[in-house]
Amino acid sequence: MEDVIIIGGGVIGCMTMRYLSAYKLKVSLIESHSDLASGATMANSAIVHAGYDPVPGTQKAYFNVRGAELYKTVSRELDFLYKPLASLVVAFNGDEMEHVEKLYHRGLENGVPDLHIANQAELRELEPNISPEAKGALVAASAGITEPWGAAISAAENAMDNGAGLILGEKVIGIEKIGEGFVVRTDKKEYKARTVVNAAGVYSDKIHDMLLPPAFTITPRLGQYYLLDRKTVGLVNHTLFACPSKVGKGVLVSPSVHDKLLVGPDAKVVADRDLTMTDAEGLAFVRENAGRFLKDPLPMNLNIRTFAGIRPTPSTDDFMVGKTEMPGFYQAAGVESPGLASAPAIGSYLADEIARDLGAEKKSDFNPIRRPQIRLNRLSEAEKREWIGRDSRYASIVCKCEKVSEAEIVDAIHRNAGATTVKGVKKRVGAGFGRCQGGFCQPVVVNILARELGIPKDQVKYDDEGSEILVGKVK
Amino acid sequence: MVKNPELLIVGGGSAGMAAALSARKSGIQDILILETDPYLGGVLRQCIHTGFGLQTFGEDLTGPEYAGRYQDMMEEEKIPYLLNTPVLEILPDLTVLAISRTEGYLELHPKAIVAATGCRERSAGTIAIPGTRPAGVLTAGTAQRYINIEGYHAGREVVILGSGDIGLIMARRLTLEGAHVKCVAELMPKSGGLTRNIVQCLEDFDIPLLLSTTVAEIHGKERVTGVTLAPVDENLKPILEKSWYVACDTLLLSVGLVPETELFSAAGAEIERGNGLKVDEKLMTSIPGLFGCGNVVKVHDLVDRVSRQGELAGRYAAEYILGGK
Repeated sequence: MEDVIIIGGGVIGCMTMRYLSAYKLKVSLIESHSDLASGATMANSAIVHAGYDPVPGTQKAYFNVRGAELYKTVSRELDFLYKPLASLVVAFNGDEMEHVEKLYHRGLENGVPDLHIANQAELRELEPNISPEAKGALVAASAGITEPWGAAISAAENAMDNGAGLILGEKVIGIEKIGEGFVVRTDKKEYKARTVVNAAGVYSDKIHDMLLPPAFTITPRLGQYYLLDRKTVGLVNHTLFACPSKVGKGVLVSPSVHDKLLVGPDAKVVADRDLTMTDAEGLAFVRENAGRFLKDPLPMNLNIRTFAGIRPTPSTDDFMVGKTEMPGFYQAAGVESPGLASAPAIGSYLADEIARDLGAEKKSDFNPIRRPQIRLNRLSEAEKREWIGRDSRYASIVCKCEKVSEAEIVDAIHRNAGATTVKGVKKRVGAGFGRCQGGFCQPVVVNILARELGIPKDQVKYDDEGSEILVGKVK
Repeated sequence: MVKNPELLIVGGGSAGMAAALSARKSGIQDILILETDPYLGGVLRQCIHTGFGLQTFGEDLTGPEYAGRYQDMMEEEKIPYLLNTPVLEILPDLTVLAISRTEGYLELHPKAIVAATGCRERSAGTIAIPGTRPAGVLTAGTAQRYINIEGYHAGREVVILGSGDIGLIMARRLTLEGAHVKCVAELMPKSGGLTRNIVQCLEDFDIPLLLSTTVAEIHGKERVTGVTLAPVDENLKPILEKSWYVACDTLLLSVGLVPETELFSAAGAEIERGNGLKVDEKLMTSIPGLFGCGNVVKVHDLVDRVSRQGELAGRYAAEYILGGK
């Protein structure tokens, strides 16, 4: 019998797992995909929003502002990539300046720190490439950029280091309330738990409806992006948002923590909650709207990847975080944007609620620190020398574009919540993330995975079940 | 302990080896090649087809044979090289920072550098094909490595996009190994591949070459299940009304090669419009003492020409060092 079963291994589920692992509770997380961070967490704008956008009084406003603040400490404890970086909402005319004012006051009401409105001169100083037509901007200094999957995976690893369990590749197909507890049925097994947390992202309505009468629906919405090569770094110094216009919400441009530029998204309601695909129309929309902020058009020909990400848009327009009307059933449902920014706050809130309801105490030996992840390409010369001296595999560069070493990949495979697939390696260490998109390093990564996992090369998968990269030996 | 060489060559492929040999001939004793891979020869190692060396040796050699000839000459001349030694950074004063499994962290101060890093393939990400991102989409060169070096098939039912030479060579290679290459689609009205490759790799195997055609969408969740092919209009935009579906488990891309200039452009070397390193008539880049040759300057269609340019770069670099400039 588990004390808590969390359904969903995105950033919300993983953060909840992590904060729960601080309590004397038996916690497990069930994820349907073969790896964590495979849904909305995998493909989004990777921005820790400051919190001026949500309507005051909503859960979105509450968790966003607290979450953005928590990132500063939790990213250090868990050693995932996070960088404070101001967000700018750029205005081009009087109407848009009014909108900026509105956001400013909304931000103040939500408790967002370090907000101000920049005039044209200051805006130009902040962003030398900004269009001369830009009139001013809201500057939200408490915003940041991060690696969403890194946040999720490092949180899960830390939770496992503190005793939590992880069940991958099992899809929850039914939940029953039996007596004081629950039976959670997956496509493979059955689990008993005293409490259940629904953090199922685009499926959070389906999980909800397994225990309660339908109360809301989730509309899967797809957003498409371009990722531009690191040569574009410096063209834009901050996360730049457009003011919403009649044509739509506008396309943002943001530096990424991996020293690239992210451009997007569009927004489109889709039927399939799993199929994240780009389309010509959406990509064209992003391309055409990309450079609006800047003097010169963005060099979209320097793109290294396009992708689409799914977000769970709830019919309620707000998150549904906390207890439900069924005792023991908790949820973090409908967590769309600013869900990433809110994640640590949601996780910590749910963990405290559940622990209180179950009367659980904190562990005396909880270790909030994840063993640091050595990233060769971020080390100083002295540190490089030191790590290569300790393990010569740090001198063996597998991913030439991002300068990722064999030692980092081996470490990522053998950690808790470790990589078992090529995409899993990419998420954890960034191999294949660069301009050649794995053209050079994928065969080497396949070899390392096969060796470290003790499986034949043609059983190494790209991602989920059925995504083997190789289809058999040459005769 | 590695000591500072007079001439440092970045890349031990066909350009780098030719540069080293000719620099030695021109009187430079103190040469060092740094190579990222665990072997010399670069991409030649996986090019097990023939067609190499007709100009250089007057013989029709395979890639490994061609590389082997140069390696033998290197051994004869006792030219030192370090394998598994990627260069991390080059500074404008020609300081080279590299790491090696055997030698550790290296900081070298050569008098001249020859850039011979070759090129990479344009990826699926770069050309932004609409659709899903499943397993089974890979560049022709990656598939070539899987089949020729690793000994594994990357797919059974294959559509190839792009009729560059690697794509054509792979169409034949995959067919000979029992895969079914359904067609080669080429965006342009004319293939950029060598005529001999179109004849020997496609026509001889009855593989259709569909000109002015592109992949309009990739299908499949975990693994490729098919692609939508469409003819393109004069602006190279797919005409979707005339598109059709082809079932396949693999999409191979041969959509162009890009010079690997980033190490040198980060040091401040200028880039030519065609994306290669900008060099003067003596193959020197905009950084004094930094020379360039082979595919990092311009993507060549024949390795013999790469070697020839390597030879010239080696000689000019030697003159630069001996001239005491």
